[in-house]
Amino acid sequence: MTDGIVLTGLRKVYPLRGGDVVALDGIDLRVPRGAIHGIVGESGAGKSTLVRCVTALERPTSGTVLVDGEAVDAAGERDLRRVRRRIGMVFQQVNLFDARTAAENIAYPLRIAKVPAARRRERVAELLDLVGLAGRGGSYPAQLSGGQKQRVGIARALAADPSVLLCDEPTSALDAATTRQILALIRDVRDRVGVTVLIITHEMSVVREVCDSVSLLDRGRIVEHGPIGEVVGRHGTRLARELIPLPVTADSTTVEAAFAVEHTGEVFRAIGGIDGVAVAAGTVETLGGVRVGRLRLDVAPDRRAAALAALRQAGLHVTVAPGEEAA
Amino acid sequence: MGDWLSDLFSNPAITDRLPEATLETLLMVGWSALLAAVGGLPLGLWLHTTGPGGLRPRRSVNALLSLVVNVGRSLPFIILAIALIPFTRSVTGSALGWQAAVVPLTVGAIPFFARLVESAVREVPAGKVEAAQLAGASRAQILTGVLVRESLPGLVSGFTVTVIALVSYSAMAGAIGAGGLGFLAISYGYNRFQSDVMIVCVIVIVLLVQLLQTAGDLIARAVDHR
Repeated sequence: MTDGIVLTGLRKVYPLRGGDVVALDGIDLRVPRGAIHGIVGESGAGKSTLVRCVTALERPTSGTVLVDGEAVDAAGERDLRRVRRRIGMVFQQVNLFDARTAAENIAYPLRIAKVPAARRRERVAELLDLVGLAGRGGSYPAQLSGGQKQRVGIARALAADPSVLLCDEPTSALDAATTRQILALIRDVRDRVGVTVLIITHEMSVVREVCDSVSLLDRGRIVEHGPIGEVVGRHGTRLARELIPLPVTADSTTVEAAFAVEHTGEVFRAIGGIDGVAVAAGTVETLGGVRVGRLRLDVAPDRRAAALAALRQAGLHVTVAPGEEAA
Repeated sequence: MGDWLSDLFSNPAITDRLPEATLETLLMVGWSALLAAVGGLPLGLWLHTTGPGGLRPRRSVNALLSLVVNVGRSLPFIILAIALIPFTRSVTGSALGWQAAVVPLTVGAIPFFARLVESAVREVPAGKVEAAQLAGASRAQILTGVLVRESLPGLVSGFTVTVIALVSYSAMAGAIGAGGLGFLAISYGYNRFQSDVMIVCVIVIVLLVQLLQTAGDLIARAVDHR
C-alpha cells in the first residue's frame, strides 16, 4: 500500500463545441505521506482541475488518483463518500456554513460520519484549540475575521481525521500577515497530525514559506518539479528564479546570474576582474536547506559578449532575457 | 365626522359581517399558505436538484417540472379558480365557502412558492455544497442540512411574499363565492354601493398585509446569520 497521494497519467478533457479543452495533460505526481507539496502555475494552468480530480468533484478523463492506496476516481457513490472522509479540503472562499456556528461547522463532518455527540464536542474543542480559536466556537462565520474563518475552515477539514489535506488557494483572499499565520498553522498541523498536504497556489511566497516540494503546472502539464532545495539549486529555471526573487531595479541593461553560495568568494573576485560589469542587486537565501545566491548585474553594452563569457567561465549561471543573447 | 363614525358602527354589514369575513380570510389564507409550503418547498427543491448545476441534474424531469410550474403561474388566479371548480367540488363537496377556496388558492400558490424556493436555494454558493460533499454528506443530507438551512432567510422572505399574494388571491376568490373580506367588499361595497364597507375592507386588508410583512421580515432577520 502506498501512502500519500499518487496521480498517474491524469488527463482531463472538457469537450466543448469549439474543440476539446485539455485541462490536464498527463499528470504524474507522488506526494509521500506527511509531505507538503505545492502546485504553482498561472490561472488556467489546470491547478483547480487537478485538486478537483483528487477529490472526485471532477472525474478525470483518464488516469488514476490514489489516496493512501485507494482509488478515488473509480469509486462508486457509496465508496466515494467513504474515501472522501480521508480527504480534508480547504477552500479559497472558505465555504463555511453561514447558518452554523464555528463549532457546528467543525462538527459537520463528524455529524455526517455519525460520531456520537459527546465525542463530537470533545473533538471540536480539541480542533478549536489546535487552530488557536479556543472559546470562539459559538461565533457565527459573519462574526469572524477572514483569517479566523480560514482557521475554522482548516479545523473543519481536519475534523474527521483525514490523511490528506487539500488546500486550494488557502491564503489568496487574505492579507500578508494573516497569510503567514495560516501557512504556519498548516505546517504546524502537518507536524502534529502528520497529514499529507497538497497546496494549490499562484503565489510563490506560499511555496517558499511552507512547501517541502513543488510542481510547476503549465497548460495542464507538470513542467518542473522536485524538493525545494533541489529546485532552487537548478540555476536559471523558472521555479528557481521565481522562488528567489531579486529586488526590482530600473535598469534594462542587466542580466541575472545565480551561483552556489559555497563559491561566493571566487564569484565576487571574478566579477571584480571583469570589465564593464557591476552588481545592481543581489540576494542570498536558504531554501529547503540549500543556500543560493542570485545577482542582477549591470553589463556595459559594448562589452556584453565578452563579459557574459567571462561570467560563465567564472561558474555563474547567467540568464539573459529571451532574444537578447544574440545581441 | 361623528355622524360618519356612528353610521359606520351602526352598519350591520360592518359590525356583524366584518369580524366574520376577516376570520374567513385568515382561515383561507392560513390553510392555503400551510398547504402551499408543504407542496411548494419540495417542488422547489426538486426543481433546483434536477436543474443544471443541481445535485442530480435531470434535463427532462426539470423541463417537465418547469413547464407545470409555468402553466400554474401563467393562469390569472380568477381563471384558475373557475377552471378548478369541478375539482374543488370533488375535494370539498362544494364550490362555495372559504373551505372550497382553499383548493384553488393552494393550487395557485404551490408553483408560485416553488419558484421562490428554487431561486432562494440557487443563491447558496456551490462551494458550500462541495464542502458538504467532501465531508461525505449524502444528497438528502445536503438538501436539508445545507441548501435549506443556508437559504432559510430567503425561504422565509419567499414564504412571506407567497402569503401576501394569497391575501390578494383570497379577495379575488371572494368574487366567486369564497366569502372573506373580498366577498364582503364586492357584495356590499360594490354591488350595494356601500362605499364605507369597501373602505373598511381595504383598510383591514392593508393592515393584514403590513402585519404579515413585518412578521416575515422579523423572522427572516432572526434566522439570518450572514
